Amino acid sequence: MTKEEAENGRDDMVIDGAEQANAIPDGFNANYLRIYYGKLFPHADMFKWMSYGNDGKHPACDKSYFGRREFSFTLENDIYIRFQSFNSVIELENSIKEKCPFKIDIGPVYSVDPAKRHAYAGDNVFTPVEREVVFDIDITDYDDVRYCCTGADVCLECWPLMTIAIKVIDAALRDDFGFNHILWVYSGRRGVHCWVCDGKARRLTNEQRAAIADYFRVYKGNENSHKKISLPGPVLHPFLARSYTEVLKGFFEAKLLPNQSLLSSEDRYEKILEMIPDASVASELRGRWQDNKRASMSKDDINLVRWDQLKSVLQSGKQKTQGIRRCVEEIVFSFTYPRLDMEVSKHMNHLLKAPFCVHPKTGRVCVPIDPNNCDEFDPTTVPTLSQLVEELNREGLRQDAENEWDRTSLGDSIKFFRTTFLQPLLKSCKEGIESSYNAKLQQSKNTLSWTRQGFFLTAFSPLAGKHHAWLI
Amino acid sequence: MEVVQSHRTSSSNNVTVSTLPLYRSAPPLEVRLEDFELFAMDRLRVLKGISDGLGRGKKPEEMEKLVADLWKANMRHPQANEEANKDIISHFVLRLVYCRTEELRKWFLSMETTLFRYRFRFESSEAQRALMSEFKLPYKAVSNAEFESVKDKLGQVARSMGQTLASADAIFYKVPFEEVPELVAGRRVFICKGHAYVAMNQVVSLVVTQFRSYLSKALILTNRKWTSTVREQEKDRLAPIVEALCTSYLGPDYSQPNEAGEISVKDIDHIAKTSFPLCMRHLFEKVREDHHLKHGGRMQLGLFLKGVGLKLDDALAFWKAEFAPKVSAERFDKEYAYNIRHNYGREGKRTDYTPYSCQKIISSTPGVGDHHGCPYRHFSEENLRAALVRMGVSSRAVEDVMDKVRNRHYQLACTLTFEAVHGSSCDAEWFCGIRRHFQASVGIVKYFALWAVPVPVPAH
Repeated sequence: MTKEEAENGRDDMVIDGAEQANAIPDGFNANYLRIYYGKLFPHADMFKWMSYGNDGKHPACDKSYFGRREFSFTLENDIYIRFQSFNSVIELENSIKEKCPFKIDIGPVYSVDPAKRHAYAGDNVFTPVEREVVFDIDITDYDDVRYCCTGADVCLECWPLMTIAIKVIDAALRDDFGFNHILWVYSGRRGVHCWVCDGKARRLTNEQRAAIADYFRVYKGNENSHKKISLPGPVLHPFLARSYTEVLKGFFEAKLLPNQSLLSSEDRYEKILEMIPDASVASELRGRWQDNKRASMSKDDINLVRWDQLKSVLQSGKQKTQGIRRCVEEIVFSFTYPRLDMEVSKHMNHLLKAPFCVHPKTGRVCVPIDPNNCDEFDPTTVPTLSQLVEELNREGLRQDAENEWDRTSLGDSIKFFRTTFLQPLLKSCKEGIESSYNAKLQQSKNTLSWTRQGFFLTAFSPLAGKHHAWLI
Repeated sequence: MEVVQSHRTSSSNNVTVSTLPLYRSAPPLEVRLEDFELFAMDRLRVLKGISDGLGRGKKPEEMEKLVADLWKANMRHPQANEEANKDIISHFVLRLVYCRTEELRKWFLSMETTLFRYRFRFESSEAQRALMSEFKLPYKAVSNAEFESVKDKLGQVARSMGQTLASADAIFYKVPFEEVPELVAGRRVFICKGHAYVAMNQVVSLVVTQFRSYLSKALILTNRKWTSTVREQEKDRLAPIVEALCTSYLGPDYSQPNEAGEISVKDIDHIAKTSFPLCMRHLFEKVREDHHLKHGGRMQLGLFLKGVGLKLDDALAFWKAEFAPKVSAERFDKEYAYNIRHNYGREGKRTDYTPYSCQKIISSTPGVGDHHGCPYRHFSEENLRAALVRMGVSSRAVEDVMDKVRNRHYQLACTLTFEAVHGSSCDAEWFCGIRRHFQASVGIVKYFALWAVPVPVPAH
């Protein structure tokens, strides 16, 4: 297929001859991207999502809502344009198709249309008012505990670190924080993003977001400290305890320990021995392990054998200080507990890549991940841009231009996005809009004092009450 | 207008009601002008006492007693409703005094919040609950049945903090988690389905946060109103009193000219050795040694010297002379003199800069080649010990000082150093302002301290 043909659109996409059917080179380029945005990217779904029900006909729907959301585009050649906003799905779709951004980021909903921000002087007039609570987990943050890959590489040995991060965080977001509308997305290369979309979450202040992020934070420290996890206290907080017993312990012992051979060689087991605060205990274990011959007597994996030895020494009744006993959990936590990027979560104005973008370096689509089935997710089989274009070609010309994605590997992802995330979310938004509208009607009937309802609660700082003169 | 007192008399059941006002709005009372000032000064003594206590690192139990004593000593009145009036009036007068700058507001907010916190702790639980409902806190007391179902988890949380769950009928409150961000961030509460289960003793922090947040906004409004309309209207009546209150009393306000004392260039050498705090001494020694200081150090030392009475011309002469081996006179005039003049309010927007408070010095971040900052925080242990020994601190005292440093009580460490060097116990007064010291003009040794007001240093 020539470049010309690609640019001329659908009609020319029929390939002459079967032997060229698979001739689409691998990789990422603007032409494929154009096709992707033309036929596959779910513009309408994104619009519905970002409208949170305000695109409806109910009188309480805020027509300005979608237009106050910031988008930013990264174009070819790294040109970056911020504060893009759109007033309708058509505007959004046309702009994306026309500009063909290599990356689309989503920012907050502001108090006024971002395109008009310069018209408003002074502080606190142009300010974020709503934003999903977001998390970003990147596997490069785990480089000190994975030996199979480094940097941007990811494989099926170390990807499970992401899986358990999803499990731990997702369970806490639902059970502890009571959130329901949560979207997990593959970041396209080496990590995952999480979007918490409940109304309550969107309206949280920076301080409250920071509180959630800190609730999840266990990993502290830097290159100078040996032990970067410290779990003080005689028992663990229920959240940590549950994470340990339900997710981390099992994963560490069954998968990570043997797969990454954490105790098999000296430099690897030294890293773990360093975490034991008591030098005599550490040297006792070191002594046993340096003597290799005995270990080969057992047919079991050497890592598991040594881990059992470590546990029995640390957790034996002889150990009086609780710090020693707790060490086992600390080791497991330091290898497996989720490592979040705090800064991403703490600020409302942080931009995050939109789901269903294509990652320029891998060509992979940022598809949703099902947290209930995240064990099955395989980053190496996520559809790529070139694969999708090829699939479209294979299917040939179609009259019906709708739902082209359904004939490609992207189909499942979009269906999943709609049924498990978007539809329940929109239903809940609709109910929310209706009920708050009714409540407001009720209130003004009762002529009570004003309360501010709806979506602008955080926009206007409550200049509390009336200011009374106090001069006597 | 909501009158604060009304809720007290509305209950006909004679239930214990709170005497703790929330200062939501100024009362429609008449106050004599003398009382206006006197009430405020009494309250200021309380606030200053609290400030001292915090600066000395007193533990919560000690603070509780201190607050009770201070209140009793200064704010009592034989008639109960007069006492309440004094409480409210004095608070509002001090708002006028302390709303004017960011630093003043921060101090006032901090002290009033602390005062409120400890007074709240004295109240009975019914009174506390009544106060909570006034704040419209969306709390709900946890029913017995629900308590039973979450008791284990609550116990686990308590033990994870090294505490035990109080008796079986411990009172817990259920609050949306976003209302208690500090407790959530520290994992000090059990949360379930978006609700945090807050123990009674944690409720105090809930309430205090609300109080603080409200007062913070109110202060900014007060400032706006004062500067825009009231000050002009009251320029013959209240304004002079408000100005006097601010400066007569160790507020962190150095914008008034220093009427008490001056020092001249020839004094500095001697005074540096006898009376400078370690941070300034270090800077001074470095400028003598290197004939240069980087910007951070010039600011910290320069403003300090200004604060202790070095006049602008003397300051220019001092720095010029010190830099002379490295910087020619012309270059000095071109590159450094402007900034010095700026510090004295003779250039640019003509702000008369105040010397740095301890808090600012402690939280600064000196980099390579810098010598400013707080030695108790920024020096390595070795270097600090060496510096203390050079100052003539005995080895026993050095250990005490290092102990304070390890616990991050940097200002206390500095106080201890002073006491060790001068062999006399240091009245926290001396640390609270230069002016007070000069006016007292007693004692052989003049100790120049620079703190606005000692405030607890946030953990780093």
